[in-house]
Amino acid sequence: MSQSVAQRRYNKRTIVFSLFYAATLIAAVYSFKHHLVAGPLAWVVAVLPALSIVGIFAAIGLYLAEESDEYVRAMTVRQTLWASGFALSIATIWGFLESFELVGHVESYWVSILWFGGLGLGTCANRLSTVGRRS
Amino acid sequence: MKNRLKVLRAERDWSQQDLAERLEVSRQSVNAIETGRYDPSLPLAFRIADLFDMSIEAIFQNPSKEIQA
Repeated sequence: MSQSVAQRRYNKRTIVFSLFYAATLIAAVYSFKHHLVAGPLAWVVAVLPALSIVGIFAAIGLYLAEESDEYVRAMTVRQTLWASGFALSIATIWGFLESFELVGHVESYWVSILWFGGLGLGTCANRLSTVGRRS
Repeated sequence: MKNRLKVLRAERDWSQQDLAERLEVSRQSVNAIETGRYDPSLPLAFRIADLFDMSIEAIFQNPSKEIQA
């Protein structure tokens, strides 16, 4: 199936941000491991990989704004709602378990990882909604 | 929403892909509308009606009348 212009733009943006993420993460891990950064520079180096993830969220937002096919757009919105519900639910449950000292601390960037996993859940939900109704 | 899209398409010997290209939407969209899984927006419903040179009501069944029937 051919991709829409919006989908091609989204793919390009995602690839760019993913490459930037890999490069900045490797640089950050190396810099901190070898004590090459300190003070304000350490903050900048630590935040750079996170900005790539923020960029991917922005790419998804731009895709939703640019996609002209209303049905595909609606399916993508539903997928992101599944992702948000999934990630926020797990984060909330974990937060309470952590507050009552039943589980250990987990870095908050795991919410983003859960959200991306939730997109897969949303894809399954979209596929299930079409089963047996194809003509 | 029930509709006559599949019949109208068959009368013209168009595939879902043919109709999708004429409407400038994806084949998935045509499939979803045909099977009643997705109700098109008013602008898309007008584009469909224009393409078949019919009124919207002649293609899509009014859901409120469907309940009464």
